Amino acid sequence: MAVTFKKNPGDIIFSSITAIAACMVVFFIIGILFVLIKESSLAREKFGIIQFLTTTEWNPVTENFGALTTIYGTFVTTVLSLVMAIPVALGIAIFVTEIAPNFLKGPIGIAIELLAAIPSIIYGMWGLFTLSPLMRNYIEPFLQKATADVPLINVLFHGTPMGIDILTASIILSIMIIPFTASIARDSFNLTPALVKESAYALGATKWEVVKNVVIPYSKLGVFGGILFSMGRAIGETMAVAFVLGNNHKIFTSFFDTAATITVTLANEFTEADKDVYLSSLFYLALVLFIMSFIFLAIAKLFLLKAERRHSR
Amino acid sequence: MSETIEIEAKDLNFYYSGNIHVLKKINLPVYKNAVTALIGPSGCGKTTLLRCFNRMHDLYPKHRYEGEVLLRNENILKNPMDIINLRSRIGMVFQKPTPFPMSIFDNIAYGLKLQGVKKMADRTELVEMALQHAHLWAEVKDKLHTSAYELSGGQQQRLVIARALAVNPDILLFDEPTSALDPLSTAKIEELLEALKKKITIIIVTHNMQQAARMSDCTGFLMLGELIEFDRTEKIFTAPAVKLTEDYVTGRFG
Amino acid sequence: MKREQIRKIEGFIALTLSTISALLGLFWLVFILGDVLVHGMEALNLTFFTNDPAPLGVVGGGLRNAFVGQLMITLFATLIGVPIGVLGGTFLAEYARGRTIAKIISILSDIMVSVPSIVIGTFIYAILVKPIGHFNGWAGAVALSIIMIPVVLRTTEDMLALVPWELREAAFALGAPYYKVIIQVVYRGAATGILTGILLSIARVAGETAPLLFTSFNNSFFSLNMNQPMSSLTATIFQYAMGPYQIWHAQAWAASLVITVFILVLTILGRLIIKWRYK
Repeated sequence: MAVTFKKNPGDIIFSSITAIAACMVVFFIIGILFVLIKESSLAREKFGIIQFLTTTEWNPVTENFGALTTIYGTFVTTVLSLVMAIPVALGIAIFVTEIAPNFLKGPIGIAIELLAAIPSIIYGMWGLFTLSPLMRNYIEPFLQKATADVPLINVLFHGTPMGIDILTASIILSIMIIPFTASIARDSFNLTPALVKESAYALGATKWEVVKNVVIPYSKLGVFGGILFSMGRAIGETMAVAFVLGNNHKIFTSFFDTAATITVTLANEFTEADKDVYLSSLFYLALVLFIMSFIFLAIAKLFLLKAERRHSR
Repeated sequence: MSETIEIEAKDLNFYYSGNIHVLKKINLPVYKNAVTALIGPSGCGKTTLLRCFNRMHDLYPKHRYEGEVLLRNENILKNPMDIINLRSRIGMVFQKPTPFPMSIFDNIAYGLKLQGVKKMADRTELVEMALQHAHLWAEVKDKLHTSAYELSGGQQQRLVIARALAVNPDILLFDEPTSALDPLSTAKIEELLEALKKKITIIIVTHNMQQAARMSDCTGFLMLGELIEFDRTEKIFTAPAVKLTEDYVTGRFG
Repeated sequence: MKREQIRKIEGFIALTLSTISALLGLFWLVFILGDVLVHGMEALNLTFFTNDPAPLGVVGGGLRNAFVGQLMITLFATLIGVPIGVLGGTFLAEYARGRTIAKIISILSDIMVSVPSIVIGTFIYAILVKPIGHFNGWAGAVALSIIMIPVVLRTTEDMLALVPWELREAAFALGAPYYKVIIQVVYRGAATGILTGILLSIARVAGETAPLLFTSFNNSFFSLNMNQPMSSLTATIFQYAMGPYQIWHAQAWAASLVITVFILVLTILGRLIIKWRYK
């Protein structure tokens, strides 16, 4: 219930100040869109929209730029990392809400939050100096040998394992997403009313059956929203993958290939761009990324709101 | 109890959210230095009526008053009206104790601060007086600067009463002040109100009929927004004039 | 009998997998933190904090400039971002409570919290670096504050909403105008929560690298001048880790250790305060 305050000078001033502060968020979004659109106009004039989004060439020398390789790289790393992260995140959420004894719930919850608080550059460091050698020396050769005789699949593991590739980057990204997805999933699971779960138990259901048939269906919207939200975050991730991706603009086919995402390209090339079209194309990429991520996050938020609304009835 | 009317509602109608007619033509006199109780089943409008007296409804949009509330011949429902000043003359105590997140001293002094009492010596004196009047001084005089949240529920409610008393109101409105308290604290508060009425006028809303019978001088019975009957308390509870009143006070419906 | 057996086994497998996931999560945490600790300790010594970077081949260089730079950028980001965030959250929770505008801004804030931080870097580059002609510390601080504002705004909004409504009514009943009710009563009630939100927002931006890459950039020398490129721990880690020199890698690890400890301490502190206050 908003209070109607009578017009005294103190309230007029304070409400105006606070309103302006709140609207800053809107100004930023509009400002970012406006600035990015303006800065990328040179590239947009030269390449148009459809062409830019579908061209694979990224050549600073000939000044021909296309976003397809980086969009492709962004999506593949994101989807791969989600595929690896979601099962683990859901498992953690189930563990924390249904299995763990009460005294463990707190510490594990804290552990998840600590994982989430670690800045992405630390993940990047760890990925470059610890995970990458492990991948190069042990895991990737193993994977290559294991799939060598399987048709179609062995294409995915083709190439000299260097540890600097899509696979390593996706693994790091997935570890980063896990705590985020897990905590949204946990919050969604916790919204299931105890009464509903108890009725299922009273019918003789096992704990897993209650999770599978009651908790998960009840939390569908929230979990889905959480996954979309994680996706929106993952496509914007820079430092975790910047060290181990290689920034190679091409449409790759193997897990062991180097690649480029929009964020990594920006991080590596933004300060090097010497020509106007080059810089403008980078702004163009940033605009594409901003819009993509905004849409994902907005849709995710709508799902999450719907889940909340349903439960507060 | 004196025979002079301190505040009265005259042909008072009240509407929520545009056109929901919640109070219907209420005529209610409140006598000076008396405890007037408002009773009635849930949703009958007794709290709504109470909140008209200090224009609490003005905080929320889409309300409408019709009729008058006369505070010693001044219609406080008129506009423009200095509501902030009104609220220092007519105080309010709510259902749940609402101490501010401050020390006991600062809680009481808050109203004084709003009124511009600057000197610390003045404030200290007024705070002690208020706590004495609220029958709380002895229990807190040694810990005035500790947090108000450390007091028990009953003590917090007396603190809130002291806070309302500190600004020296003529009238105090109580909205079910003991419904969240245990019987011992309730008894203490009822005792306090008995003592307070000698100096100020009290209107109390209560869903506890025995409480109304115990401690009020006059009682108004409301139902569905209408004032069904108003009279001296003994009469309402022993020989009510209206059948509906009799049915309610004898518990035939709740 | 057979069906019940199957159900039990299925349940057992599922729950075991779930427990393994939890252990896996714990494993990553210990592995990563442990690595940072071990590698970081190697290069950590007093000169690391007291000396500026030395030329290659010269022993005894440190990252004093980066520490100071990181501190300054974060400090100014906080000074800019926190007041705006708190005031904005106040608007949503008080003057605009329940209204559509509040819900919209709340949703947009949640989105802004997770928007790619490197995009914010490009935005600030366009408005605060290009026009000025060179990288500068202020641009970095503003970029970080843009990330901080929605975080602080949302936690302030949530904490203010937790203060019971009756408290405000009691203050109104004493004749206080709304702004006084907010500043003198509601803020006091929500103070701990708001403070925690601020702590957590600092922890969030202290580790950011991407937004600094094209705003405050980096500086191999000690500088207190925010109008020029400003050194930061995170940008230095990026530069050193990608470089070819062993000494750089070691120092990057040490810097990582310091940042991680700082952020984890802030995070744990924030959670502890919340737990203690809202028990």
